[in-house]
Amino acid sequence: MQVDVFRKRRNNALIFFGVLALLTAGAIVVTQYDVEKGFTSLGKAFVWGAANLYPDVKSLAKLPDILAKLRDTVLISVAATSAAAVFSLALALAGSRATRIHRSFTLVARGIASFFRNMPLVAWAMVLMLAFSQSSLTGFLALFMGSFGFLTRAFMETIDEVGDSSVEALKATGAAYLHTIFQAVLPSSLPQIVSWLLFMIETNIRDATLVGFLTGTGIGFSFDVYYKAFNYHAASLVVVVTVLTVLIMETVSNTVRRMIL
Amino acid sequence: MTLLELKNVTKHYSPAVAPALADISFSVNEGEFISVIGPSGSGKTTLLRTINRMVELSGGEITFAGVSISRLRKSELRKLRSKIGMIFQHYNLVDRMSVIENVLHGRLGHKSTLAGILGSYTLAEKEQALRIIQMLGLDEYINKRCDQLSGGQKQRVGIARALVQNPKLILCDEPIASLDPSSAKIIMDYLKNISRDLGITLLVSLHQVDIALKYSDRVIGVNRGTIVFDGKPDELTRERVSEIYGFDAGDLMINLGESEGYAS
Repeated sequence: MQVDVFRKRRNNALIFFGVLALLTAGAIVVTQYDVEKGFTSLGKAFVWGAANLYPDVKSLAKLPDILAKLRDTVLISVAATSAAAVFSLALALAGSRATRIHRSFTLVARGIASFFRNMPLVAWAMVLMLAFSQSSLTGFLALFMGSFGFLTRAFMETIDEVGDSSVEALKATGAAYLHTIFQAVLPSSLPQIVSWLLFMIETNIRDATLVGFLTGTGIGFSFDVYYKAFNYHAASLVVVVTVLTVLIMETVSNTVRRMIL
Repeated sequence: MTLLELKNVTKHYSPAVAPALADISFSVNEGEFISVIGPSGSGKTTLLRTINRMVELSGGEITFAGVSISRLRKSELRKLRSKIGMIFQHYNLVDRMSVIENVLHGRLGHKSTLAGILGSYTLAEKEQALRIIQMLGLDEYINKRCDQLSGGQKQRVGIARALVQNPKLILCDEPIASLDPSSAKIIMDYLKNISRDLGITLLVSLHQVDIALKYSDRVIGVNRGTIVFDGKPDELTRERVSEIYGFDAGDLMINLGESEGYAS
């Protein structure tokens, strides 16, 4: 009996890796991907990158310009995330098991969250560009939409996880709906909520770079301009600065997380 | 004087399954300490929760302090609940908040929306909370977060939260089911004191028959949503216990006490 369990597990693993190998092979055949060329060109790309994509002394002159753009990007990301968080929290409270006013709210909230989350950020940016043309507002709104969907889902899970035991207790004392939200649900889930918020800000700074390509704003636009002008040194400086910013944000948010937990 | 009266109370969670409560009727006098015993899933928890309408009735009528509870509007329901304390098996505290804050949550039923949201309590309310905390021997933990307390301490916070409501009745839903024997004894002793000294009526669901016999003035036995025993502890014979649990009392390792001569 026990032996069977082990054999079954081993067979499952074999089947899993077999299917994976089959899928890979199939994909290679269908897309006519040249494996050998793929690996060799990867090497070439690295060689080219090492030769060209590094910030040199001359590019440092562009640093003040880049930093100004970076500031725009960071501020837009933070603004979009925090604005989205307010709306997400309201929707999440309406949709969570413990705090919903009616059963049907859960489905509606999940639906809205899914729609906003699953629409790609770039698609949001393209659509919004039709209405607001190339501007910071477009970037802000694109990030806002994506964050709104993601945060709603994350907040709902957080509130569900905290559970309804203390909500039940407060209800039983005669507390009103808003009392249970502010005295039980929010105090219990706040650390997790802040944690998600910080994570979203980090992600949005990264994504804002991409959105900036399209909307012509912020750090993404700087990269685009330098890259298209064959100024690879300045373009790489943009990348370095962006990576550093994300790393700093990560450190800051980790510190904040430790403090509130 | 009758404080609480249940008449033909029924509860169906779903039409497909047997009712959780079927035609339950009994009345409770002021100051009584009543234990509700019965196997898991027999309807003890549902029974307790229908009284403060945490579970809505399917049929029948409940009267508390002369008020029929089934048709109360929202604000009237809040008022009703503020007069009924509740204690839970898993304490149901807000773990990240301090003892004093959790105890003061018992006052929320009396608060305006804004005051409750902001958690602003009057000096009198704080003093009352402090007195109750001292009474339950929790003074040294007053500013501790509840997730740092032991199970027995958490349940005492739960009792304090119920007491600060100035309730006429406290519903205790398996208050000692998650506690070790010594903590359980401490909690039961506090409940007994509350009943005796403060004259608060207690309805306690329990799994331990011997504890029910030792502490209560009256025992109600529930099986499959109906009352199969309602009487004084010394009327609870071996036969009645097996009726409640569907097993012989001896097989259940229940000691009904030497005086009845059932212990072997």
